[in-house]
Amino acid sequence: MALLLCAQPTSTAAAAGSERATSRRGLAAVVALLGLLALALLASLMWGAREIAPGQVWAALVDPVSGDADHHVVRDLRVPRTLIGLVGGAALGAAGALMQGVTRNPIADPGLLGINSGASLAVLVAISALGVTSVSGYVWFAFAGAAVAAVVVYGAASLGWEGVTPVKLALVGAAFTATATSVITVVLLTDQRALDDYRFWQVGSLANRPIGVLTAVLPFVALGLVLALAAGRVLNALALGDDVARGLGQDVVRGRLLVVAAVVLLCGSAVSMVGPIAFVGLAVPHLARVLVGPDYRWIVVLSMLLGPVLLLTADIAGRLVARPGELEAGLVVAVVGAPVLLAIVRRSRGIAA
Amino acid sequence: MSGAVAEAGYAVAASGLRRARRRRRARRTAVLVVLAGLATVLSVAALMMGEFRLSAGQVLGALAGSDDPSAHFVVVELRLPRLLLGVLVGIAFGLAGALFQSVLRNPLASPDIIGISQGASAGAVAALLVGGATGAVVSAAALAGGAAVGLLLYAVAWRGGMTGHRFVLSGIGVAYVASAVVGYLLTRSDVKQAQVALRWMTGSLAQAEWSLVRVLAVALAVLVPAVALLARGLELLLLGDDQAGSLGLRPELVRALVVATGVALACTATAAAGPVAFVAFVAAPVARRLLGDGTLALVEAALVGVVLVVGADLVAQHLLPADLSVPVGVVTGAVGGPYLIWLMATGGRRTT
Repeated sequence: MALLLCAQPTSTAAAAGSERATSRRGLAAVVALLGLLALALLASLMWGAREIAPGQVWAALVDPVSGDADHHVVRDLRVPRTLIGLVGGAALGAAGALMQGVTRNPIADPGLLGINSGASLAVLVAISALGVTSVSGYVWFAFAGAAVAAVVVYGAASLGWEGVTPVKLALVGAAFTATATSVITVVLLTDQRALDDYRFWQVGSLANRPIGVLTAVLPFVALGLVLALAAGRVLNALALGDDVARGLGQDVVRGRLLVVAAVVLLCGSAVSMVGPIAFVGLAVPHLARVLVGPDYRWIVVLSMLLGPVLLLTADIAGRLVARPGELEAGLVVAVVGAPVLLAIVRRSRGIAA
Repeated sequence: MSGAVAEAGYAVAASGLRRARRRRRARRTAVLVVLAGLATVLSVAALMMGEFRLSAGQVLGALAGSDDPSAHFVVVELRLPRLLLGVLVGIAFGLAGALFQSVLRNPLASPDIIGISQGASAGAVAALLVGGATGAVVSAAALAGGAAVGLLLYAVAWRGGMTGHRFVLSGIGVAYVASAVVGYLLTRSDVKQAQVALRWMTGSLAQAEWSLVRVLAVALAVLVPAVALLARGLELLLLGDDQAGSLGLRPELVRALVVATGVALACTATAAAGPVAFVAFVAAPVARRLLGDGTLALVEAALVGVVLVVGADLVAQHLLPADLSVPVGVVTGAVGGPYLIWLMATGGRRTT
């Protein structure tokens, strides 16, 4: 008892010290990432099949001349694309961080709850049965599919002995994905026309999306991001295990529900905008963890910034490597991101459980 | 099962520990018997059903070498290769999944998650779409793709020893790259060809031939004994590295051997039948839930794999419309997924 009492002040002091260090590192990382993000946004407006000087970009934004080809490209093609990359990347990054926190599994990605496959199935139904062919037509189907999938998975995982546990959530999510994938495969094997549309949606891309796609889902993303920012403390408690979290006065069930709701909002909107790109959500939280350590309040913030940096970089790279054609961002993002992820995994001892 | 319960009732005076152990053993036997029985029934049914319907007696007679030439031809030349391919693939995927999930200590670690299946798919799809290859060349390309991913994972994840999360996470990263390659090839090819590739990636037993079965059987004849040899070490490893080390085991070596065996099993099975969806993922969790005692359950996992693949192929061939000619991988996912969800939702209190 005495030992405990005299140990306490030093440990609180140490905790306060490490907290300060985390805050300092977190702030520095946020500033650096904001700079990087600004560069990515600018590059996304400048580069592509047609190169446009920064001055022209600026002129197009503040003082557009109608009929000017450069201005047209910037305002009507690259601005929507860049904004969708920004919002979609932020949503995917944050969703990934939330997912890894709530399942306590570093290999979780936003697709794990069955959200991506639910959205994919709904989009395929729209293509095959209802004849929808435009990306803006897919939006609500993708969103509804994602929401239904999350409800089914969370509901099934909460049945039975011991309620929702991280392992059950992960397994049920994977099981749902397998089932949905089977149905998708049957449809694709029997309907060639649907396969033709679906394969392009499925790889994930930022190209040729009207700005209306973004404005339609923006309220959901905004709500999801706010929830995600509020969830950091919950995730920190959950990371210690359900029992400890309960002991700390955390309402575990409600906390988990809040996080899952945020994942559905974020992931559903991102998938309906850019397609099922899960890699961003997998890789970005790991990079954030390297930068600030295990505090989820910072991991979520950094993931929100790293997500769009990665997604926009992939999109720009995809435009540049295959000019005048382009590679879809969903394809490039894995090729660009995987070496980073492998490097992190290789040097880290922290996640080696 | 009821016998075990009754016995437990009589043995009030016996120690609780002994009772629990006996109950566990009884449950283990019951699960084994039920799974083996189910696999046998499904196998016989697979040999009976089809355009040319046979009775169980005719099937057994044909297998024993009776003189009914038409039954012999149908059973031995047409249906047996497909059945055996399903059995072998089921064993290989069931074991591979169980090995990965236990040694990497992650219920999500299975060949379809850590990149082996995706690597094999990338190899096969490239051979199909770019090289215009068929048959054995596609299998070889799949084997090469899967093996390349396995080696790459060693190179990345091995650094003074290998830990579960490092390996799994690297695997997922590689899986995404391989999927990107597949996505690229699928979107840059003719739709008809893309459909062929998609069919391969779903996993199918329709290509079964004796030559294929023979090659796969030889591979498993090497790999399955290897698993049996490793099982004891793996069981000790589950106690934790320190414990296992103090019992005279070299944890790193055992882990590396187990992972290598798992990769080899998954690669050969994928090369033979394509990445049959979900079998490797679901076999071990189902087997473990059936036993409910937290043991390794390798034999049971292999049997669950067999039941799932053979049963799913029966459904795909005979219960679904024939003009669809659904590949078996569609059914394994469609059946295995809901079953796992149901198991998780209704799973009673575990005895541990």
